[in-house]
Amino acid sequence: MRNLIIEPTPKTPKVILNADINVFEISGRSIPEDSVGFYRKILDWVDEYSKGPNPKTNFKFQLEYFNTSSSKCLLDLFRKLEKLSKSGHEVSITWCYDADDEDMEETGEDYKALLELPFDLVSV
Amino acid sequence: MTYSYYKNMQLNNIIFVYQGEVTADLVSSILQMMENKLDGDGEDKKIKKKVFNVMVECLQNVYHHLDTLEVVNPDDDVNDRTALLMIGKEENDYYVITGNHILNNRVSNVRERLEKVNGCNKDELKTLYQSILNEGSLSEKGTAGLGMIDIARKSGQKLGYDFHPVNEKYSFFSLEAKVSRI
Repeated sequence: MRNLIIEPTPKTPKVILNADINVFEISGRSIPEDSVGFYRKILDWVDEYSKGPNPKTNFKFQLEYFNTSSSKCLLDLFRKLEKLSKSGHEVSITWCYDADDEDMEETGEDYKALLELPFDLVSV
Repeated sequence: MTYSYYKNMQLNNIIFVYQGEVTADLVSSILQMMENKLDGDGEDKKIKKKVFNVMVECLQNVYHHLDTLEVVNPDDDVNDRTALLMIGKEENDYYVITGNHILNNRVSNVRERLEKVNGCNKDELKTLYQSILNEGSLSEKGTAGLGMIDIARKSGQKLGYDFHPVNEKYSFFSLEAKVSRI
């Protein structure tokens, strides 16, 4: 399937969704006014990917900032990965946060509490 | 005249003030300018992140709010797209103040939400955030109803607010969020 690569902007993150090399990463800042518009492409890509996923899928998130409107979109994305996981595929999420960013750590904990799939919090 | 503005801003520890129409581009510019300012001032990384987060939510809150207002009758003395944005730095706190018109019939709803947020301790805010994140859906504007909760969590202090009656249709809503520098 086609890869989804989005270059970062001051308000949107860098996105690398490459099934060929098994790399799935979203990093940087996610503070767009229209988060729904931005995340639609990503959610659509995951829907397509879910039709024929790799044996193992690890999604890595390393966000510096994100707004509350992105937080809802991220949960939608996590729910899709959770669904893929529940359908018998090996799927995990790695949530990286800056070692002294308590807020980002706490947000990771918020998500982890809401989801039923392997969700690792990693201090970097 | 100019000098009195200057002294007044200095006296009130105001770094930045804007009065006028709020657009997405304007919000981006303010955020970038303030980020440079925080970097330039050598502010602690943790504090800088909190201040930036609170600014994002406060400014985008106004941006989305304004979009929901009706077009005002040209005879009214109120321009519905006009807002006040203010950022200050005191000895112990950064503060972000926003002010914008809202329809009177929305006042009680906004007030209730603020009272609820201010009535929560840290753990209750976390629970409230999680439950709205999990159950709520995005509005047409793409807002999640999480903004004020997030501001309160990052701020770690009670939110200040006021509804000043303007006329039979509008009130002027102001919101103040502080981030401790200590």
